[in-house]
Amino acid sequence: MKLSLSKVVSGCRLGTLTNLGKNGVQTMELPGCLLYTKTGSPPHLTHDTLQAIKGVPAVVQLTLSTLVELHEVMEEYKEGIGKFIGMPESVLYCSLHDPGTPCPPGYNNNKTVSIWGYGGRMEMTASKFMSMQRALQPDWLQCLSDGDTISGETTRKRAKKSVDRSLSFLDECLQLQKKSPELQGSVMVGVIEGGDVLEERLRSAKETAKRPVGGFLLDGFQGQAMAKETKLKLMASVTAELPEDKPRLIHGIGKPDEVLECIERGVDVFESFFPYQVTERGCALSFSYNYNPDPEAAVIKQNGIQDAGKNGTEKDINETSKADPEITLFEIFLKEKRYRDDFGPLVHGCTCYCCQNHSRAYVHHLLVTNELLAGVLLMMHNFQHYFSFFHSIRDALRDDRLDQLKELIFRQAL
Amino acid sequence: MISLQATRATRNHMTVPKMAAPKQASRDSRAKMAAPSSCGPALSLRVVAECGLSKARACELRLPHGPVLSPVFMPVGTQGTMKGITARQLEGLGCRICLGNTYHLGMRPGPELIKQANGLHGFMNWQQNLLTDSGGFQMVSLVELSEVTEEGVRFRSPYDGEEILLMPEKSIEIQNALGSDIMMQLDDVVSSTVTGPRVEEAMYRSIRWLDRCIAANSKPDKQNLFAIIQGGLDPALRTKCLEEMTQRDVPGFAIGGLSGGEAKDHFWKMVTLSTDRLPRGKPRYLMGVGYATDLVVCVALGCDMFDCVFPTRTARFGSALVPWGSLPVKNKQFAKDFRPIDENCGCPTCRRYSRAFLHALFRSETAALHLLTVHNIAYQLNLMQSIRESIVEQRFPQFVQDFMRTMYGSQERYPPWAVEALASVNITLE
Repeated sequence: MKLSLSKVVSGCRLGTLTNLGKNGVQTMELPGCLLYTKTGSPPHLTHDTLQAIKGVPAVVQLTLSTLVELHEVMEEYKEGIGKFIGMPESVLYCSLHDPGTPCPPGYNNNKTVSIWGYGGRMEMTASKFMSMQRALQPDWLQCLSDGDTISGETTRKRAKKSVDRSLSFLDECLQLQKKSPELQGSVMVGVIEGGDVLEERLRSAKETAKRPVGGFLLDGFQGQAMAKETKLKLMASVTAELPEDKPRLIHGIGKPDEVLECIERGVDVFESFFPYQVTERGCALSFSYNYNPDPEAAVIKQNGIQDAGKNGTEKDINETSKADPEITLFEIFLKEKRYRDDFGPLVHGCTCYCCQNHSRAYVHHLLVTNELLAGVLLMMHNFQHYFSFFHSIRDALRDDRLDQLKELIFRQAL
Repeated sequence: MISLQATRATRNHMTVPKMAAPKQASRDSRAKMAAPSSCGPALSLRVVAECGLSKARACELRLPHGPVLSPVFMPVGTQGTMKGITARQLEGLGCRICLGNTYHLGMRPGPELIKQANGLHGFMNWQQNLLTDSGGFQMVSLVELSEVTEEGVRFRSPYDGEEILLMPEKSIEIQNALGSDIMMQLDDVVSSTVTGPRVEEAMYRSIRWLDRCIAANSKPDKQNLFAIIQGGLDPALRTKCLEEMTQRDVPGFAIGGLSGGEAKDHFWKMVTLSTDRLPRGKPRYLMGVGYATDLVVCVALGCDMFDCVFPTRTARFGSALVPWGSLPVKNKQFAKDFRPIDENCGCPTCRRYSRAFLHALFRSETAALHLLTVHNIAYQLNLMQSIRESIVEQRFPQFVQDFMRTMYGSQERYPPWAVEALASVNITLE
C-alpha cells in the first residue's frame, strides 16, 4: 500500500492509495469512504444491484462482529472471506465492531476484548483474534483494541488503560502476524485510543506510530459522550503526531458536516454506515453537494432543503408511523403523506437506478406496504448519493472550492 | 374414455361467437406452423408445436406489452413489486409477464393514484406484460372477512376495518385503471374442499359475473378479460360451466377453483376435463399452480399459463428450488456446503454464491432473501423453457421421463396421481 498526497488544503489531504488488494493493482481516492457491509453483504443488495450503483468504493468494510460466528466455516473454506462473500476482486478491510450497533461497556480486560456477534458476546484474546484473521485473510485489518471509552464518564485511569491494552494487543498481533503466512500481504491498522484525555491520545498516537503499521484508526470518537469541541481538538492533535504517508481512518462518523470537520483535521477514510441508517428509517438522502453557485440554488429548492426542513411536522406524518427521531436535515422521510402522489424522482438530477426508474410515490407505497423493495431502492439511492458526496469533496479540494462546499453543507445542517 | 382425436374434432365444432375460426394445424406440426389466430383485439395466439402424444403445446402469445412464449410461469408480485427484486432483475431473468393483485392494489395505493401514475406498468415501471387477478381469491383466503351475495363480495378491510363491496363492475374498473394486459373476471370462488349446493351456486354466479365483467370492460382493445371456469370437483358442474363460458367472446380462459386443499386425484381430472373442452386456439391459464411436478403434468394435460406464490414465498423462507426437490439453505447442514445451490444453474445467485454463504446471510440479511428469490424465479422460468424446448423438438415425453427420475429418484417414489395423469395422455412412466 502506498499513499501519494497531491495536495493539503486547510488541513485536508487530497491523495491516492495505490497498490491495494491481493494483486496490488487497486486504488482508492482520498478522502474517501468504505463500502459498508453486514455479514459480508452490502445491506439489501446483491451483486447485481450493487453493480448498478455508481462510484462504489474499491475498499469494502467487513466487521468482525457480523462474521465472528463463521470462524469454523472459514477455517474449513480456506480460500478467504473475499471469495466466500462473492467479492473476490475487492479490497477488504476488517474492523472489529459494526458501526450501527454500539457495544455495551464494561466487558474488556487486559487480555480480552469482547465482540458482539449475532449469537451474543465473544471474548477475543489476541491469539483467537489473529486465528480468525488468518481464516478471513482481509487486506487491511483493525488491530484488536480496547475502545471502551465512549459510554461517557470515562476516567483518566480508564483512558490510560485503553491505550496500554491496545498497544499491548498491537505488539502481540504484529508478532503473530509475522508467523502467519496467510497474513503476509495484509496491512495492520494501528488503533489510537485514549478517550477524551489529550495526554493519553498523544501517547497513543506517538507509540502506535512507532510500530510497523500500515495505517491508523482514530477510535473512540463515536457516540455522543464527548463534546464536539473536545472531539475535534483531539482529532487534530492526534493526526499532527501521525506520519503523512499512511492513511487515517475513523469509525462512527457519518453525517456530511461531521465528515468535513474530520477531513479538515487530517482524517482520510470513513465508513458508509450512515446511508444505511438513513435507509432503515425509510429516508432518502437529499442534501446537495453541488457547490457550483447558481444551478445549485435551484437544486436545493427542488430537493431536500425545503423538504428536509419540514421533516416530521404533525400534519404530514402518516398516522400509522412516526418519523424516527434520528432523522437529520440531510434526508427526506418518504413515508410522509405528501409523497403519496409525488411522481418525481427521490432527488432531481440524481442518476441512481431508483431515481432514473422510480418515483417518490412508488417508494412511498413500498414503505407503506412494508415491501422489501423499499430497502433495496433506498439503499441504492443512499449509497450512490453518499459516494457522490465524497467525490464532490475531492473535486472541491482539487478546485480549491472547499469553502463553498463547506458553506453549502453546513447551511443544510441548520 | 374419449379418444384425443375425437375430442379435438368436438372442439372444432364448438361455436365461439364473433371469432374467426383458427387455422387448423396438422398433428405433425414440425412440417407446418400455424398462423397466429386472433383471440381478441389485444391477444393473438400461435400454436408453434404440439406434442404428438400428450396434450402439451408450445405457443406464442402476442400481448400489448410484447410476446410471451408458453408454457409460461408467471411470478406473483402482489403489491406492485416482485418482493425484493427490481424490475430490471426480473426482466433480466427472462420474465415477460407477472402478476399484480387487484384486491391489494385496490386498497393501497388505490386505483386513482395508479391511474395518475400511468397504470400499474407506469407505477412500478414494468414494461413487460402484467396480469391482474380480480380480488376473487381473497374471498377464500380472507373468508372470515367476507360475505358473498349476487351483488358482489363484501369485505372488511384488514387495514382500517372499513367495509368494502367488491362488485364485478368495480373489480373491472380497478383493473382498467391498473391497465393490466390480462384481467381476470371476478368469480365466485369456493374452496375446493367445499361440497354441496354452494359449489353449484358459485358456478352459475360466476357465469353471470363473467357477463357483467365483459360488459364493464372499458378497454377491450387494450386489456384482455379472461373467464375463469369454476364448478369445483364436480365433473357435471365443470362441464356446464365450460359449455356456457366458452360461448362468451373472451380472449382466454382460466381454470379456477383448484389448487386449494383438494386431493391431487380430483385435481388433475378436473384440469384435463377442462382442457378437453376449451378451444385450442385460446390460452389456458391454470391458476395457483407452481410446484414443478404439477407444472409438468398440467402442461401434459394441455395448460399454457401458470402462476403461484410458492417459489418466491419459499425463497423468503430460506428454501432454494432444485431439479431434485428443494434445499432448505437456512438449515445447519448447509453451513459448510461450499457448492452453489445448483451447479447447472446459470442464475446470478448460483454463479457467485455458495450454499454456505446463503446460509450465513439468511440469519440476518435481507440480501439472502433476494438471492434466493432470484434463483427460484430462474429455476421456474428455466423449467418452463426446458419444457417448451422439448415440445418444440418433439421430445416432451422423454423430457417428462427424465424430469420425474431426477425429481423422485426411482419409480416407486413417483406420486401415483402424476403417474395416472400422465398415462391418461399417453405418457407411460418407466
